[in-house]
Amino acid sequence: MSTNQEKGFPERFLGKKYPETMEDLPIAAIVPWPGSTLDVTTHAWRTFRPVINQDKCVRCRLCWIYCPDGAILEVDEEYTTSTGKKYKVSFKVDYDHCKGCGICANECPVKAIEMVPEMK
Amino acid sequence: MALTKPIKSLWEIPREERFVGGHAACQGCGAALILRHLMKVVGKDAIVVNATGCMEVISTLFPRTAWRNPWLHLAFENAGAAASGVEAALKALQRKGVLDKNRYIKVVAIAGDGGTFDIGLQSLSGMLERGHDVMYVVYDNEAYMNTGIQRSGATPYGAWTTTTPVGKKFRGEWRPKKDIVGIAYAHRIPYIATANPAYPIDMINKFIKAYNTRGPSLVHVLAPCTPGWRIPESKSIEVAKLAVQTGMWVLLEIENGKPKVTVKVRKRRPVREYLKMQGRFRHLKDEDIKKIQEMVDKYVEEINRWVGEEAIGPVEEK
Ligand SMILES: Cc1ncc(C[n+]2csc(CCOP(=O)(O)OP(=O)(O)O)c2C)c(N)n1
Ligand code: SF4
Ligand code: SF4
Ligand code: SF4
Ligand SMILES: [Mg+2]
Repeated sequence: MSTNQEKGFPERFLGKKYPETMEDLPIAAIVPWPGSTLDVTTHAWRTFRPVINQDKCVRCRLCWIYCPDGAILEVDEEYTTSTGKKYKVSFKVDYDHCKGCGICANECPVKAIEMVPEMK
Repeated sequence: MALTKPIKSLWEIPREERFVGGHAACQGCGAALILRHLMKVVGKDAIVVNATGCMEVISTLFPRTAWRNPWLHLAFENAGAAASGVEAALKALQRKGVLDKNRYIKVVAIAGDGGTFDIGLQSLSGMLERGHDVMYVVYDNEAYMNTGIQRSGATPYGAWTTTTPVGKKFRGEWRPKKDIVGIAYAHRIPYIATANPAYPIDMINKFIKAYNTRGPSLVHVLAPCTPGWRIPESKSIEVAKLAVQTGMWVLLEIENGKPKVTVKVRKRRPVREYLKMQGRFRHLKDEDIKKIQEMVDKYVEEINRWVGEEAIGPVEEK
C-alpha cells in the first residue's frame, strides 16, 4: 500500500480529469468519469440559437425527443400562458450543449421555436 | 432496465440521460439521437461494447466519455466477438458467485453499417450462430462516415460517396444495398427489427423487445447523417420520416421467425421526394429515379408478400 501511495494511488491508476502531462493520464486509457463530456461546451458551434416562445409552446415534448445533443431540458416549472392555459412542465434550451442544428425548430408542430442569429 | 413494458406515449420516455451532451457528433446527427434513446431504454444494467466508427469517436474523446454505463472501445471488425466474450465472462462470474446471480445485465453491442455489413460480418455471424445473449444495434448512416464518406455494403443504389463518385462511367453507387435483416433472419435468431429515429415510440418499443430477448437480437436503425447525406442540419428527422413514407425504409419486426410491419403506410410518397432532399442524390436523372422507384416497388411487394397483407400501399402522387 505504501508503495502505491508513493506512486499516488489511486490517482496514478485513474489519472487526472484534466491531464497536463503524460504522467497524469490514466493507465490503460480507463476513463473513470461517466458522462464527463458534459464538461465540454459546444455553444461555439452555433451560428443560430433556438429560442422557445413559452407562450406558444404546447408542451408536446417533440423538441426534447428529437434533440441529438440532449440540449432541450424538461423542467418542472409551472407556466400560465397569456390565454390562461396552465402547464406543469416547461422546455428550456441548454445553451452550453446546444449546437444550433435547428431540428427542434423544424419539428415543433406549432412553430414555437425561432432560430435567431448568434451575434457577438 | 429503465423501461420494461412497451410504451404508448412519448411521455413514458425517461428523462434520465445516459448518453449525455457535449459529445462531438455533427450538428443534427441521427445516430447520436438513436443512442440517446437506446440508453434511456436499457438504463444502468447494461454493458456497452462499441465498434469504432462515428459513434465511438464522437463519444469518447480521451479523457472524457458521453456514456454513463460501462463501455468498451473496440476495433472496427469485432463488435460481435467482443460482445460474445463479455457475455460469456458475465455468465462465468455469476456462476462463480462473484456477481449476483439474480441481477440481469445486458450486453449491448453497437456498430455502424461498415462495422456490421462489411468488416464485422463474420464476427456478428459467429455471435448469432452461438446464440449469445447480446442485443446488437446497428446504426446505419449508409457509408463509412467517420473516415470521410466511403461507400459500404449499406450504401443505397445511386448514392454519391467519395468512393462512388459521379463521373462519366459511374454515377454514384451502382450496387444495391445489402440485406442485413435477411442475413440475420438466416441465422434463425429470436428477434430482429428495423427502426427509425423519426418514429421514436416504435424505435423504443423495439429496443425494449430486443433487451427482453434472451439470446441474440438485432435492431437495424436508419441514421441520417448531415454531412454524408448532404442535408441541412435541421432536416435529419424530416428525411428519416420520408424514408418510411416512401417505402425506402420499412419498419419491420421479426419475432421468432414471424415477420410483421409495425408502422403501416397506406399511401406511399414517391421516392423522388426522399431523394430530392439529399445532396448525395443530386446527380440522379429522371431515369435513375424511375429505376430506384421500381426497386422500391419491388421491395415493397416482397415485404407485403412476406407479411401476408398489404402493409405498405401504392404510391400516390400529390
Ligand atoms: C481494420 C480497420 N480498417 C479501417 C479502419 C478505419 N476506420 C475506422 S471507422 C471506419 C468506418 C466506420 O464506418 P461505419 O461502421 O459505417 O461507422 P460510421 O463511421 O459511419 O459511423 C474505418 C474505415 C479501422 N479502424 N480498422
Ligand atoms: S438547435 Fe439542435 S442542438 Fe440545439 S436544442 Fe435544438 S435540436 Fe438541440
Ligand atoms: S416542440 Fe414546440 S410545442 Fe412541442 S414542446 Fe417543444 S417548443 Fe413546445
Ligand atoms: S458524420 Fe454523420 S454519423 Fe458521423 S457524427 Fe457526423 S452526422 Fe453523425
Ligand atoms: Mg456508417
